[in-house]
Amino acid sequence: MNVASPITALSLAERAQRAAKVAAEFADTVDREARFPKEGMDAVKAERLMGIQIPVQHGGEGATMSEVAEVCSILGKACAATAMTYAMHQIQIASLSDHAPDSAWHEAFLKRICDEQLLIGSATSEAGIGGNLRNSVCAVDVEGDIVRLEKNATVISYGADADAIMVTSRRHKDSPPSDQVATLFTKDQYTLEHTAEWDTLGMRGTCSDGYIFRGEAPAEQILPKPFAEIAAQSMLAVSHLLWGALWFGIAADAVNRAQSYVRAAARRSPGQTPPGALRLAEASSMLQQVKSNVVAGLKQFEAGKGDPDALSAMGFAVAMNNIKIGTSQTILDIINQCMLICGIQGYKNGTPYSLGRHLRDAHSAQLMISNDRILGNTSTMLLVGKQETSLLR
Amino acid sequence: MNSTIRDLLTKHGRLPVSVDTIADDADLYEAGLSSFASVQLMLGLEEAFDIEFPETLLNRKSFSSINAIAASVSQITETQQVA
Ligand SMILES: Cc1cc2nc3c(=O)[nH]c(=O)nc-3n(C[C@H](O)[C@H](O)[C@H](O)COP(=O)(O)OP(=O)(O)OC[C@H]3O[C@@H](n4cnc5c(N)ncnc54)[C@H](O)[C@@H]3O)c2cc1C
Repeated sequence: MNVASPITALSLAERAQRAAKVAAEFADTVDREARFPKEGMDAVKAERLMGIQIPVQHGGEGATMSEVAEVCSILGKACAATAMTYAMHQIQIASLSDHAPDSAWHEAFLKRICDEQLLIGSATSEAGIGGNLRNSVCAVDVEGDIVRLEKNATVISYGADADAIMVTSRRHKDSPPSDQVATLFTKDQYTLEHTAEWDTLGMRGTCSDGYIFRGEAPAEQILPKPFAEIAAQSMLAVSHLLWGALWFGIAADAVNRAQSYVRAAARRSPGQTPPGALRLAEASSMLQQVKSNVVAGLKQFEAGKGDPDALSAMGFAVAMNNIKIGTSQTILDIINQCMLICGIQGYKNGTPYSLGRHLRDAHSAQLMISNDRILGNTSTMLLVGKQETSLLR
Repeated sequence: MNSTIRDLLTKHGRLPVSVDTIADDADLYEAGLSSFASVQLMLGLEEAFDIEFPETLLNRKSFSSINAIAASVSQITETQQVA
């Protein structure tokens, strides 16, 4: 029997707003101390938002990708570290729930994510590989029904606070670098040897330290599908969409602050248009571009859902790459514009118009899977695939 | 046709193993075909067979094995001759 708890009677957006309120309160501290956004993530869990994307039959709420993206954008307005932690967790869930059908272990684990509000991390980046998601050096070692894996993982966000980590590797020690699998290890099945500290310009609260990952688990925890398919049909697209959503959130909060600044100036001298008003109009137009980009991508993703051919088509990959490039660049222009509007009040920390954190957090967007790498991939695809030129498709 | 495909695979596939050791139905991605190499291979096929891959065949499945490539090429030559 399934009795709706009071929390699920509220809309997802309302629950996200309540969590965001808590996250916003701690955003500056989390950033300054470069620590895990514990209060924000505890609030997200209290709102039971961790498993919303998981199908109802596995204990979730079957939320659409658009609904998940909206939660990311709401959290992004409040605290980018909380939003990024949440978004990366949802990216792992998308891979798990779409690509491990009929795997009893993974289905049971999805249920656990909902019941226990577990947080899933990701270890794709590896020493010697950089951000090339589709290559691995390390390989799983399967002996009987046990899988062992050691990975020199250069960046694992919230690694120390995750309840499980999905790790990519080669399928076998003799496999080529691109023949990969993904394996989910739970916290009791791995150790993390700390190798690098995450002391960065922005996104400081993601605590994306480097570790040597060493895991041992039942072999059934290897995802049955090749990672190549998971990456093409889910991970890349969902990453760009959910990142885009939270980056929109960061920029939207910057525009909110700039608008308050302009309004305050207008109130002080009625009858005169404040000097920042024109720039605000421009920022508003750029923000709308980012929004349209993400929303169009979500529509395309949802239209292709359940159709592996549509999701692995080149035109689709080009579209998703373009969303990443467009949003990651435009948010910087927007926040910079807002900084010009707010002037020193925006440059200073601790004012209602402070934008330093926004700008620093936003700078990670271009590097998070390097835009140059993505443009390189798109340019290869455009050698054969046709650019989509219809307006409505 | 499969021997032309094998020649092109040798030239563009950048595989870590010899193409001779790969069966017609073996998974090329498991053999190490990358997405970059598959695009180069596709360009090679277009040139060799004087065809153009339609959007519907620009996906992983079309390049998953030598047989799959042959099937895609045949399908294209048929429809493009009719057209
Ligand atoms: C906030 C944040 C959180 C992250 N969390 C995680 C996580 O949880 N797990 C994880 O695994 N990773 C994570 N990452 C890492 C991320 O996924 C990428 O691996 C990383 O951002 C890329 O690292 P890089 O710049 O050193 O590597 P590279 O991709 O190797 O790029 C280095 C430089 O070389 C250039 N370059 C390299 N290759 C090419 C190419 N083919 N074409 C053009 N230019 C190229 C690029 O311009 C770039 O400036 C995170 C990153 C950030 C910013």
